[in-house]
Amino acid sequence: MKVYIRQKKSTVDVEGSCSVLELLRRLGYSQETVLVLRNGGLVTPDVRLSEEDEVEIIPVISGG
Amino acid sequence: MRCRVCGGQACVDVKRSNTAFCADCYQQYFQRQVARAIKKHDMLGTDDRPVIAVSGGKDSLTLWQVLLDMGYRADGLHLNLGIGEYSVNSQEKAAAFAESRGVKLITIGVAEEYGYGIPQVAKRTARSACSACGLIKRYLLNKVALERGFNVLVTGHNLDDEAAALLGNLLRWQSGYLLRQSPVLPSTHPKLLRRVKPLFRLTEREIAAYGLLRGVDWLVDECPLAAGAATLRYKEVLNQLEADSPGTKHHFYFGFLEKGSSFAAASPPVELRECARCGQPTTTEVCAFCRLWEQVKRDKALPVT
Ligand code: SF4
Ligand SMILES: [Zn+2]
Ligand SMILES: [Zn+2]
Repeated sequence: MKVYIRQKKSTVDVEGSCSVLELLRRLGYSQETVLVLRNGGLVTPDVRLSEEDEVEIIPVISGG
Repeated sequence: MRCRVCGGQACVDVKRSNTAFCADCYQQYFQRQVARAIKKHDMLGTDDRPVIAVSGGKDSLTLWQVLLDMGYRADGLHLNLGIGEYSVNSQEKAAAFAESRGVKLITIGVAEEYGYGIPQVAKRTARSACSACGLIKRYLLNKVALERGFNVLVTGHNLDDEAAALLGNLLRWQSGYLLRQSPVLPSTHPKLLRRVKPLFRLTEREIAAYGLLRGVDWLVDECPLAAGAATLRYKEVLNQLEADSPGTKHHFYFGFLEKGSSFAAASPPVELRECARCGQPTTTEVCAFCRLWEQVKRDKALPVT
């Protein structure tokens, strides 16, 4: 599936289907620091993502 | 996951309370948290004229959104700091929000008013950008809001900000800063606005979730001058602890609010007077803002860019 990372304005390809939680683990994100959108809607960590889903990861921690 | 309130499909999980909500119930939960902060600390009363410090980032714009959702009337105040493209984009996001919601945004350009933006000020005074910027923001937000007849300055500080600042202040035992780490800073001078932080009970993640659900479009880019490495590191450490033990950030900061008040009791109140140059409240003869600009403008030979 295609995973868009908002802050970096970049896309990564992740193989196969997995849960949101697994996806974050694979990409090295902690749950507390991001939100995940599937096809434009917010999803909880237990949700299974499929190959066709458009996924976006939004990091929420800001400096300043 | 199911929504704790209505049993429908959940879309936001709140780990620290071991729960999840659907979109509608989450918004109600979030608004209740904000209402609780405002009520418990007397942040906003019916006679108040609040103004929101709006940067164009997620916290300030989501703060504006939730206050509007809750029926508050508040204008926004944006400072254009003159930090290249970042400032242009920040102002654009703030202005677009105001226009789409039909609310008023006051914009002040630091470079237009004073001749130099933050990068030049930092260079010409050999200060770190963030220290010059912090000083200028604190001063101008107060001054402009006061001149326009507002009496409360509302800022988007969240639980992560407050917990990270507390950790930083404790690590260096900055007792002076510890004193001022409160959800409400009362007005201690007729020319000093009360400052309130209605989002202090909520984490960055919770705030971003509300903003997304309400269609808030914020600037995701970080300031290119951010020396905020320290703040970010503290936030990272706290979020690691939070992952192992949900609720850590809340207990850390709320425990301080409860038990740390002895710091405040132990120190005498600071006497404020009016700056001899500009009349704004200060502890010194000439305020730090006036001294900063004197230094900036002193040596005309120094580089402008
Ligand atoms: S990161 Fe520093 S320079 Fe940039 S806006 Fe924040 S305080 Fe100002
Ligand atoms: Zn619900
Ligand atoms: Zn002054």
